[in-house]
Amino acid sequence: MIDLIQNRRRFFQQVTGGIGTIAMADLFARNGYGAEVKKPHFAPKAKRVIFLFQEGAPSQMDLFDPKPELRKWHGKPLPPSMTKDLKLAFIKPTAAALGSPRTFQKYGQSGMDLCDLLPHTASIADDLCFARSMQSDQFNHHPGQLLLFTGHNQPGRPSMGSWALYGLGSESENLPGFVVLSSGVGTSGGTDNFASGFLPSSYAGTMLRNSGDPILYLTNPKGISAETQRARLDAIRDMNTMAQARTGDAEINARIHSYELAFRMQSSAPELLDFTKESKATLDSYGIGQEATNAYGTNCLLARRMMERGVRFVMLMHASWDHHSGINQNLPKQTKTTDQPAAALIKDLKQRGMLDDTLVVWAGEFGRTPMSEMRRPEDAEGAGRDHNPNGYTIWLAGGGVKAGQAIGKTDDFGLNIVEDKIHINDLQATILHLLGFDHTRLTYRFMGREFRLTDVHGEVVKKILA
Amino acid sequence: MRVWILAALAFTAFAQPVDFVKQIEPIFAAKCYGCHGPNQQLSGLRLDVRSESLSKVVARVSGAPGMKAMPLGTAGLPAAEVALLKLWIDQGAVYPQRAAKAGTKHWAYQPVRKPAAAPNAIDHFVRERLAREGMAPSKPASRETLFRRVSLDLTGLPPSPQDAADGDYERFVDRLLASPQFGEKWARHWLDQARYADSDGYEKDWARPWSWRWRHWVIDAINRDMPFDQFTREQIAGDLLPNATVEQRVATGFHRHTLTNREGGIDNNQFRFENVADRSSTVGSVWLGLTVGCAQCHDHKYDPITQRDFYQLFAFFDNAEEDDIDAPLPGELGVWSRTAAEYESKREALIAAYKVREVQPAWEVDMLDAFRNPGRRTDWDLAWDCLLKLTEDGDGGKIIKKPAADRTEREKRILENHFIRNYHFAVGQKRYKEVKFDELDKKLGELQAQYPRLSQAYALAENTTTAPSHLRVRGDFKNLGPEVQPLPPGFLPPLAPRNARATRIDLANWLVATDNPLTARVAVNRIWQELFGQGLVKTAEDFGVMGARPSHPELLDWLAASFVESGWSRKKLIRAIVLSETYRQSSEATPAMVEKDPENKWLARQSRVRISAEGIRDAALHAAGLLELSRVGGPSIKPPQPDGVTAIGYARGTKWDVSSGPERYRRGLYIHFQRTTPYPLLMNFDAPRSTTAACRRLRSNTSLQALNLLNDPVFLEAAETLALRVLREGPSDNRGRIEAMSRLALGRTPSAAELTRLTRYLDTQRTLFAKEKDLPVSVIPNVDRVEHAAWAGLASVLLNLDEFLTRE
Repeated sequence: MIDLIQNRRRFFQQVTGGIGTIAMADLFARNGYGAEVKKPHFAPKAKRVIFLFQEGAPSQMDLFDPKPELRKWHGKPLPPSMTKDLKLAFIKPTAAALGSPRTFQKYGQSGMDLCDLLPHTASIADDLCFARSMQSDQFNHHPGQLLLFTGHNQPGRPSMGSWALYGLGSESENLPGFVVLSSGVGTSGGTDNFASGFLPSSYAGTMLRNSGDPILYLTNPKGISAETQRARLDAIRDMNTMAQARTGDAEINARIHSYELAFRMQSSAPELLDFTKESKATLDSYGIGQEATNAYGTNCLLARRMMERGVRFVMLMHASWDHHSGINQNLPKQTKTTDQPAAALIKDLKQRGMLDDTLVVWAGEFGRTPMSEMRRPEDAEGAGRDHNPNGYTIWLAGGGVKAGQAIGKTDDFGLNIVEDKIHINDLQATILHLLGFDHTRLTYRFMGREFRLTDVHGEVVKKILA
Repeated sequence: MRVWILAALAFTAFAQPVDFVKQIEPIFAAKCYGCHGPNQQLSGLRLDVRSESLSKVVARVSGAPGMKAMPLGTAGLPAAEVALLKLWIDQGAVYPQRAAKAGTKHWAYQPVRKPAAAPNAIDHFVRERLAREGMAPSKPASRETLFRRVSLDLTGLPPSPQDAADGDYERFVDRLLASPQFGEKWARHWLDQARYADSDGYEKDWARPWSWRWRHWVIDAINRDMPFDQFTREQIAGDLLPNATVEQRVATGFHRHTLTNREGGIDNNQFRFENVADRSSTVGSVWLGLTVGCAQCHDHKYDPITQRDFYQLFAFFDNAEEDDIDAPLPGELGVWSRTAAEYESKREALIAAYKVREVQPAWEVDMLDAFRNPGRRTDWDLAWDCLLKLTEDGDGGKIIKKPAADRTEREKRILENHFIRNYHFAVGQKRYKEVKFDELDKKLGELQAQYPRLSQAYALAENTTTAPSHLRVRGDFKNLGPEVQPLPPGFLPPLAPRNARATRIDLANWLVATDNPLTARVAVNRIWQELFGQGLVKTAEDFGVMGARPSHPELLDWLAASFVESGWSRKKLIRAIVLSETYRQSSEATPAMVEKDPENKWLARQSRVRISAEGIRDAALHAAGLLELSRVGGPSIKPPQPDGVTAIGYARGTKWDVSSGPERYRRGLYIHFQRTTPYPLLMNFDAPRSTTAACRRLRSNTSLQALNLLNDPVFLEAAETLALRVLREGPSDNRGRIEAMSRLALGRTPSAAELTRLTRYLDTQRTLFAKEKDLPVSVIPNVDRVEHAAWAGLASVLLNLDEFLTRE
């Protein structure tokens, strides 16, 4: 083990010896997951991130952004002045308005408007910063998700978590620095949402799977005990060490290291997944063991446990809020699944003193239309809402975020933004800012060009900052 | 702030040059271009190109008395921005176009000149450079290392133990070049550049069942050593060649790996635009080593590529349409023609039985009504949208608008299939069930499966009517700028079109013309890169101003010129390189070498290079004797992968039906590439994601790779089988067996120290497995299971070694 550390140290000495920074970044990357804390541009407010991705686009006017006016228009088309030149994914702009049947109340000292489906979120209202003026420029899921996570609507660029890892490095010696959890039915974006794009694959999100091996190929095959595996690893290490002496190739040290980390991951991942040391009160608060909340609650608790273990970025993908039909029946099912665990996560982080330097983001890729979508005209009960990228709501909490406020405003129907427009790239600039980066300077050169998370756009949203 | 301004002004003379693109253009773009940019030029002022009235601009934006301050409605720009603007003007108001003109002197844009050289030119140039650095070449690599190296480099497979034992190197090289596996290995590099995949990408990520047909063409072309100029012509414009053959049209499939989004509401014009733009950028990257895609929205920041240049290149592809064609392979036509009539009559009977032709005309009328009067009936709106998005192998919207009599047989079939499969979008499930089209769809599928089909291919075809192409302002497909003609970038040698308007053939001829300074250099550099781990120009994707300079410019030109002289023969070029002493030297590095040249730029040694994702699997299966090599080309395969991998995405229609029999042991390049949920091994080991041209692969080194190799059933099976192979075929003593296994896996016998360590490990395994009830190997008659498990453990160790994963 000491040899190994010395090897690594020697390896980095070699690296820092005579190569420029670009080559160095290459070599760091190749070294994989081991803890290598890198310096941000300025002191970060948040050291790690939990991104609670609400796939499919939750309906803002049914959850966070009450629109009493819309009820008056129910069944009628919106004023033509509002829908001129509007292009939507499935419906025509002239479709009839759909008033929300939800009741809203004000919660917390901040008097936050929230609907009756979110009693748990209501209990943490003062810890959240709502942004009601989010803007995407994509009205389809896959491009919308790519924009949200990679800053660009076409595949091929690194995910936000990859950028965070590229910028800050990983603090964990035993777990990957960027981990992805999933509940529900799968997402449009698939692995594109957490791929490392043109960054080396060591920056890609590692999927923690719900069934089978939690990490692909983590578990030893049947008949291979821990002892057998250790003996195998020792033999590989010794043979590799001999090869290193023969070839003088520092890359072999990195490979030896990657095998040691793999071995540690084999024991630390099960430890991560083992909830027996969590109190019953904690498990209950996340709704673990309850049918509706078990999957999402488990992932929320895992996210907290990973934060404790130095994971830099956890992306929790929950699908799906894509309520094109039957929204009034289906929305309560989703909130029942997600409301309690998300609130429990915030309370838990706060109670453990971790909320101060952990950023939590709750967001979909866009919002939904005030107009109804009726796939069968005769079936009014089956009405849903189409995609609306022109104004929707997300929330943020934790490190560096000014809580207990709602930023931005949409019009009386919830179709367009009228105040404080926040483009997705602005959100990304703000997240990077909270992590200690000037988003214009966190770049990577690929195909002859400097790329960044915010593409060529983005401004830090000052109002979000504490 | 004030201090900063003063500082900025005080140091004008010594200040860093202000960068228009980084510092000035953001101000202009945010605050001025709306009225004084590419779209409109109020008062005749345009700020995105150099203007004589810049001094007045400064007065206006600083809110000078007696003038209307700009931007309109403000008191002027913030002081810091005014200061920056002044500084920039004082420094000469340098626009990127000026820098771009300077860029035309850039080395890569100068003609290739073949330098005089001794017969062994490669070694001559490398040694000359080494001498200047005060370095010397390394000793030759050992015979074992060299044979494994060249075998992996040329065919992607390790050599057989006999090859290294009794072969002559030069003869061995010729045998490798002639083997069908050569084409498979080198096709993979080309597939990376073509962003080859077996699915659409994006949410629906539909499978593309015939993508492989183009891959088949590539393997074949490379195996036949099709000259690179012809290889270029057929892929850029095979459909336009005189009397184009099916194979030449298949070749244009190069351009059909663009992504397709089938989500609702996608604007087909936008999509077409993005695809054509992608084709143009890809040709720029692949053939010219230029990042022309950067000029889609604005003039290139560093290279002399204007936005107009981009859209001129775009114009070549703007006139091409996607064309799905019958592309039978040898042997298919005969079988097909004997059964086609029978199939057709059975199909017709089904169509008649379900009264398709009685229902379809009314559906067409309603569909066209929905197209003309959107918003009236939401169900028909949706049905129309589905026709645009979900038609397989064609454009349903285009077909339905044609009078029935004008439709080709193929088009009729495409529309009819769509109608049968998607009628429910228009009329609802209830009615759909009544007409039993779901049942019909199933029966049609079953019928089809009983009869041979002709292979299909995705190709390009030129539009018979030429529509004008336009520059798009700021890359926005709706914002049409001036009309542009199909022409190559203006700073490169001109193109001589055969007719008034140039076509893709002219473009292809221009790419491989003798005065094109880029194509041959770029091509030989990428070949060099695969034989040394990095190119003579390290940035193989970027030969532009911001790219790396060649480490050995004369060698690069010598190779490029020789490549062209040899009739653009890939095989001759590779042969010349692998016979050089530079290629054949050892890759072992002394600390002094690393100190002096950590990146191995000067080639005082060969490089150790981790082999590709596909190559690792191939090598493991090959060592075990499992790799299926009897067939070359053909459809993609789906080897076993853990449950749930495809569930991450939405493309659940695309089931991962594991290939059976020897198919599952075919080489890695045949693995079905599902864009949103790729086969895990490929991602873990840095295969590109196939969204844009990948001109070189990264090589990472991660613990997920370790887990993949330690525990993936594919590698465990390889280890188990390799063990069995040695137990059956090898000698009966430990030492002999370890040596035999090592020769199969690493191409060499172990040193004494290694032998001791491996023997010790083997003994530990025997002890451990003797106690184990649940042994990790199958029951094989007449094979001791504990012995088998122990040897399988040893095989696994060898298959996990850095040396196994590395071509030394």
